[in-house]
Amino acid sequence: MADAPPVCRVEGVVKDYGDGVVTRVLHGIDLELRAGELVALIGPSGSGKSTLLNIIGLLDRPTAGRVVLGGRDATGLDDAGLTALRGRTLGFIFQFHHLLPAFTATENVMLPAYAEQGFPTAAMRQRARALLEAVGLGHKLDARVTELSGGQQQRVAVARALAHEPRLVLADEPTGNLDTEAAHEVFALMRRFNRERHTTFLVVTHDGRIAERCDRVLEILDGRIRAGE
Amino acid sequence: MPFEWYVALRYLREGRAQTALILAAVSVGVSVIIFLSALIDGLQASLIKQTLGSQPHVTLVAHEILARPLAPKEITAATTVERSPQPIRSIDRWQTVLDQVERVPGVLAASPAVQGPAFATRGGADEPVLVRGVDPERFLAVIDLRPKIVAGRFRVAGDGAVVGRGLAELLGVRLGDKIRLGTVDGREAMVTVAGIFDLGNKEVNERWALVSLRQAQSLFELPGGASTIELRVAEVFEAERIAGEVADLTGLEADSWMKVNAQLLVGLRSQDSSKLMIQVFVVIAVMLGIASVLIVSVVQKSREIGILRAVGTSSGRVLRIFLIEGGVVGVVGSLVGSALGTVFSLFFEHLASNPDGSPTFPVDLRPGLFLAASALATGIGLLAAVVPARRAARLDPATAIRHG
Ligand SMILES: Nc1ncnc2c1ncn2[C@@H]1O[C@H](COP(=O)(O)OP(=O)(O)OP(=O)(O)O)[C@@H](O)[C@H]1O
Ligand SMILES: [Mg+2]
Repeated sequence: MADAPPVCRVEGVVKDYGDGVVTRVLHGIDLELRAGELVALIGPSGSGKSTLLNIIGLLDRPTAGRVVLGGRDATGLDDAGLTALRGRTLGFIFQFHHLLPAFTATENVMLPAYAEQGFPTAAMRQRARALLEAVGLGHKLDARVTELSGGQQQRVAVARALAHEPRLVLADEPTGNLDTEAAHEVFALMRRFNRERHTTFLVVTHDGRIAERCDRVLEILDGRIRAGE
Repeated sequence: MPFEWYVALRYLREGRAQTALILAAVSVGVSVIIFLSALIDGLQASLIKQTLGSQPHVTLVAHEILARPLAPKEITAATTVERSPQPIRSIDRWQTVLDQVERVPGVLAASPAVQGPAFATRGGADEPVLVRGVDPERFLAVIDLRPKIVAGRFRVAGDGAVVGRGLAELLGVRLGDKIRLGTVDGREAMVTVAGIFDLGNKEVNERWALVSLRQAQSLFELPGGASTIELRVAEVFEAERIAGEVADLTGLEADSWMKVNAQLLVGLRSQDSSKLMIQVFVVIAVMLGIASVLIVSVVQKSREIGILRAVGTSSGRVLRIFLIEGGVVGVVGSLVGSALGTVFSLFFEHLASNPDGSPTFPVDLRPGLFLAASALATGIGLLAAVVPARRAARLDPATAIRHG
């Protein structure tokens, strides 16, 4: 595994906010995520975890430094290029408001593939259904996501993040909003997909017990990575 | 279904209140435009029809001997009785002229006439009239009086005469009664009322006396002559152009109905421009309405838009989603608005009618009007969606997800 190229490499990423008064949120981050890793990212509130995740996820551009995903440098890509790279390699799981309330569970899971290709296919729908069954929601395929419980919604989000088989899934406090039992179910799901499909996960969490169960823990403090392993 | 359509239609369905609101705005706008156009066009068409019901499209007369500037008023002498100080003159070789003008493209029919002022008397009653001696077949091809005959038939051969309803009442004559026509020069003719018409124009109804060409020729001492040639053209608004052409061709004085009724046309034109003004303001109001509702919906949905972007939706697709929303609202609104406008118009038309059963406010609902209104509404919808859609497409996904 050590010789395989990293799924994601972050080099000297700096992020400033503000025009007049500049606040430096990230002070030069370096990290590498290898294929099949499940990594926890922890740190106090306001330390820049979400900011870093957004930059890795190509939702935000770093002030300096670069992000390389699956061997492709994202620096200098235009909006369309970023969207394409994002669609191909990344899956997202957010803490709340992660699903589109106007759509059903199946539609939400199909969304990434549908949005990328522009037209729905039978295969897309089938894969979405299979994934929902895999996360234990076979009986809620056509339910509106607003009719699902928080834990169920988060499981739909996990299914959606995996729908187009991304190499890397970025999860920003995926269990932060759930009770202990639901949180462990969702984590167990991520772990299962990580084992079965070799998908890399970067999971932001405040929950020490969840961090413990990851392969590696990165701690971010004042915009710097402080510890590894 | 393409992704953009799928999402746009779903959002329209989900945001029921907003969708209903902008649909209502478009529908009301379209119905106002249709109603206004139908009403004004209908009114104008009926005014023109009314005007042309008793007027030839182009009238040819011999130039007056005295050279003097032309006053449009003089031409109205065709429908009013003025004792002309000029003797009535015949058009030279009018048969040749008739053949000539009939071949001019755009001319449908030509009719020679001898006309002049006279007094109609019966018993003690004595009324000024305009005697028009015509060739019945040719005359009817220029001004179709047959549907306007309310009693008897249109028969002006021999001593037969056709008079207006007003004149018949003033003189107290009925079908088969005799009328004496006398000119200022003292010549007289006896005619028999064969038909009575109603052209819906008091002046004409009280003044016109149609007789045979031969009768008029002898009454006005123009044996074998014709004082005017009247034309009907295919396209009424081409009359002015054709009049010019015919005048050049024949060397006669040719006046179109447009020149005779210049005042009316000025009125119609100003009506047109106020109609346009109202429509422009309606369009602006509807557009602002759609745009503001869509902007609100973009703001409300910004987190969702951020999520769409995060899962791989390009900003072009996001742009198209909102453009489609605007376009769909425009199309559906134009259908609803067309239906509403039709209902309003027909309702209004039935509200009041003339004694003869025809509507006081005839409306003109042409298919072209619906097509134009629908195209307009779709354009409005799309255009109004441009600003909101660009705003949605430009949303920064990270910010939208964080604060949305
Ligand atoms: N768009 C922005 N404009 C200005 N400052 C921002 C912006 N986004 C984040 N920040 C600031 O950057 C810092 C890091 O924010 P970030 O959301 O990354 O923290 P976090 O580690 O995810 O915290 P939490 O655990 O509470 O989610 C915070 O101080 C925040 O105020
Ligand atoms: Mg955060």
